[in-house]
Amino acid sequence: MRTKFEGELRAMHEELIRMASLAETAISSTVQALKNMDETLAHGVMENDDQIDELEKNIERRCLRLLLQQQPVATDLRNVSTALKMITDLERIGDQAADIAEVTLFLCKNPGFSMPEGMSEMAVAAIKMVRGAIDAFVEGDLDKAHLVIDYDNVVDRAFLRTRDELIQQVQKSAGNAEQIMDLLMIAKYLERIGDHAVNTAEWVVFSLTGEHKDARVI
Amino acid sequence: MNTKIMVKDLELHYGTFHALKNINIDLPENEVTAFIGPSGCGKSTLLKSLNRMNDLVEGCKIDGKVTLDGEDIYGDMDVNLLRRRVGMVFQKPNPFPMSIYDNIAFGPRTHGIHSKRRLDEIVERSLRGAAIWDEVKDRLDKSALGMSGGQQQRLCIARALAIEPEVLLMDEPTSALDPISTNKVEELVEDLKKDYTIIMVTHNMQQAARISDRTAFFLLGEVVEYSETGELFSSPRDKRTEDYITGRFG
Repeated sequence: MRTKFEGELRAMHEELIRMASLAETAISSTVQALKNMDETLAHGVMENDDQIDELEKNIERRCLRLLLQQQPVATDLRNVSTALKMITDLERIGDQAADIAEVTLFLCKNPGFSMPEGMSEMAVAAIKMVRGAIDAFVEGDLDKAHLVIDYDNVVDRAFLRTRDELIQQVQKSAGNAEQIMDLLMIAKYLERIGDHAVNTAEWVVFSLTGEHKDARVI
Repeated sequence: MNTKIMVKDLELHYGTFHALKNINIDLPENEVTAFIGPSGCGKSTLLKSLNRMNDLVEGCKIDGKVTLDGEDIYGDMDVNLLRRRVGMVFQKPNPFPMSIYDNIAFGPRTHGIHSKRRLDEIVERSLRGAAIWDEVKDRLDKSALGMSGGQQQRLCIARALAIEPEVLLMDEPTSALDPISTNKVEELVEDLKKDYTIIMVTHNMQQAARISDRTAFFLLGEVVEYSETGELFSSPRDKRTEDYITGRFG
């Protein structure tokens, strides 16, 4: 039995769960900060992003060391390569949550805008997708991963609705154009977060089945 | 994909020991097939059954069928002809205690070729085929025993090529070689599969993953799993294969 290898795989897995949990907290906190115009919470999201970045580097180092020293195959190979791919998406989710927090700070100082209805729908869907992808990974649940992948069109539809609402706002008044542009950016960040959740779920499917986007990778 | 060798319902006993159990496997032409599995699992036994090397083992009893291009090798086929068509390279380089030239010319001579010009051609072609010509062309009359281990193994491959086989059986051909020589033999195998069907027993799983097109995993005399190499090493279907290749066996 490869005791050392097992231990290193377990440590990598635990660190990945921690990173995923931080990314999930980042997106739910940033949405909360946006909803309540909470500057303290927005600052917290931006500060916590460093932890996610640091974990990405650690996990990347662990994976590369495992590839070099253990030359994993089968499930081990799929787990290590899934971790390497997932950390990129989790790191982007963290970054985009921090970007939303940064825009939120600007909006807190420049009120006088109305939040599009589609935006809260997007936020709820994006959180649900990130949470679903992470649950699928932690529990090794193929059905949950597929639910996330299928849910992407909900976010995409809500994005188009938000965009239309913002266009209408621009057409009605030119006074708060900067805020409207910022809201559109937030909507785009949420839409991208949904895409990263889908990527994560797709790699969970690969780790469980060896298939990525319905095709064999190797 | 053409099947070069087909093994059907093969059972092999050494006395009372049941060494191979109900083996059914098709080995494709111009591909490299790797046999992997723990010691004593039957992979070398099956390899040797493919050119009837087990005939020499006392108490060996074989049932079932092995065909080469559809022809039963345990039927009317002449064993010498079979071994000419199905050559073998062993784990430890085993050059004959004679010159490099004579090592290569030995097989063709026993098959009745004595023309100096013809033998010269065969020696050069075989040594080139085994990627060793440039290293030995100026010392063909020197003893093969003075060569390095890696060179000796490629000489043995050249010796197998000299009789123009269709299939090359390789029993752990790099296990006694250093990494540089191993790399040369692996590159050679890649190159040779254009013209030959190669079946290789290896304990080095990274080697099987690197150079074979298909891999068969053996356990306790049975083929547990046989599939395309990338698939077997990334998503094995059988838990026993997964446990073996990930080192969680036993």
